Amino acid sequence: MSAVLDLFTIVAVACGAFFFLAGTTGLLRFPDTFTRLHALTKADNLGLGLVILGLLPRVDSVFTGCKLVCVWLLVLLSGAVASQLIARSQRRREMNR
Amino acid sequence: MSTPTLYGLCAAVLIGFGVYGLIVNPQPLRKILAFNVVGSGVFLLFGVIARRGAGAGFGGDPVPQALLITGIVVAFSATALAVALLLRLHDEAGSVTLASDAPAKADADGHGAHTILPK
Amino acid sequence: MIALDAGLAALIVALGVWVIRARSAFAAVAGFLAYGLLLTLVWVRLHGVDVALTEAAIGGGLTGALLIGAAARLRETEAAARSERPGRIVHVAAALAAIAVTAALAVGVLTLPVPAPSLAQEVAANLAVTEVGNPITGVLLAFRAMDTLLEAIVLLFALIGVWSLAPDRVWGGRPGPQQYADPNGILAYVARVLPPIGIVVGMYIFWVGADHPGGKFQGATIIAAMWLLTIMAGLTDAPPISRTWLRVGLVAGPLVFIAIGFAGAVTAGAFLAYPVGYAKPLIIAIELALMPSLALVLALMLAGAPQRTAS
Repeated sequence: MSAVLDLFTIVAVACGAFFFLAGTTGLLRFPDTFTRLHALTKADNLGLGLVILGLLPRVDSVFTGCKLVCVWLLVLLSGAVASQLIARSQRRREMNR
Repeated sequence: MSTPTLYGLCAAVLIGFGVYGLIVNPQPLRKILAFNVVGSGVFLLFGVIARRGAGAGFGGDPVPQALLITGIVVAFSATALAVALLLRLHDEAGSVTLASDAPAKADADGHGAHTILPK
Repeated sequence: MIALDAGLAALIVALGVWVIRARSAFAAVAGFLAYGLLLTLVWVRLHGVDVALTEAAIGGGLTGALLIGAAARLRETEAAARSERPGRIVHVAAALAAIAVTAALAVGVLTLPVPAPSLAQEVAANLAVTEVGNPITGVLLAFRAMDTLLEAIVLLFALIGVWSLAPDRVWGGRPGPQQYADPNGILAYVARVLPPIGIVVGMYIFWVGADHPGGKFQGATIIAAMWLLTIMAGLTDAPPISRTWLRVGLVAGPLVFIAIGFAGAVTAGAFLAYPVGYAKPLIIAIELALMPSLALVLALMLAGAPQRTAS
């Protein structure tokens, strides 16, 4: 049973790392702010979510697992807010040009 | 090479880069940033010494780590004071140069330029 | 594991170089934020979880916010400042000085005494008397309580220094510019959703610091950040610094600390000594009194010198 859980952890964390890699590549290679924001949210939501999903079998209490999920939800919230604010200010800057 | 030694060498390199940046960058804000890099390198060095003093079931010597917490907070307050000084200089003189013969902004009520930097 | 450490150390050095050599101040500050967060990982690798929390909260979070605000306000002076770069001789001399400092420190690191001197045994032997489980809280509030008291007072002095930089016409006024945020916008939304969560998390980190990593500095930073968030979203305004409740709140924490210190001088023989059996209640009293003052000090230092009149 623990071998299955270990395999699940490895696969989930590896997939999460892949999404982080994809998000970083998008940040470096996309041409403008809006597309880069789009790439970064993939890293935030999917990448972090998969990493935390992979870490959940390894916690020793339900409370710690809830704390990990709370971390993911807070990062989602802050990522969404920051993306909106950056996109709005960039759009305002482009309209004023 | 053990982990603490590796991070100790990393801290030494960071302090060196910070000293270089502190001398070379003309903008005060970049000097404050370089100073913070030096500060964090010093804290890292101290943390390496704390890690090497592990014992009695603790992962690191607690006394240097407690001093580090104090140090990080005091370093933030020093940075806050430095940034406040910098912003006041910007408001008064219009430019943020540390050169001694900088032009000064004219007073708001038209009394003419008054230099606040010593000649 | 050495691969992880080598990778982290290389990343941190690369980010440090980026902070020094980036073209614009804003890019340098963004690099500094990432540098602070990576340094948190390094602290966890060095088994200093309390220091990692403090570095993430204050070193990365508060200092980063402070520097981003400064970089934004100073954006138009960058072009003029860039033309002032010193000549080749200064560059070479600075590089030599930096190499000398690095070499001296590297020699020091490589010749550290083995076995390493440590106070861990003494802390472990005396920790049971203070009835706290976290050795760092014990050191901060029992063995070296004087350092913590002086640190709180140094924070107050720095705040007074920042306040003294107000121009005469706004003396005693409100720090920071007037924030106008759309009351239906996303910033106002998050400033309503996040502070309750943030306050609970801050109090939890403060309370659990007695036995696990945490403590009042990290908790006070989170609460200060929540207050600053509501100010930035325009939901509340920064209070004028001449308000009595603000000044009373700022000094109440250190005053309680000093009072307990003098009481200890009377009842237990030395300043800041705790009578036998009263260690934990006194430590909790000091922390409960100090945390609101710390949150106020940290938030007001980030807000800066007054820029508007009090009305």
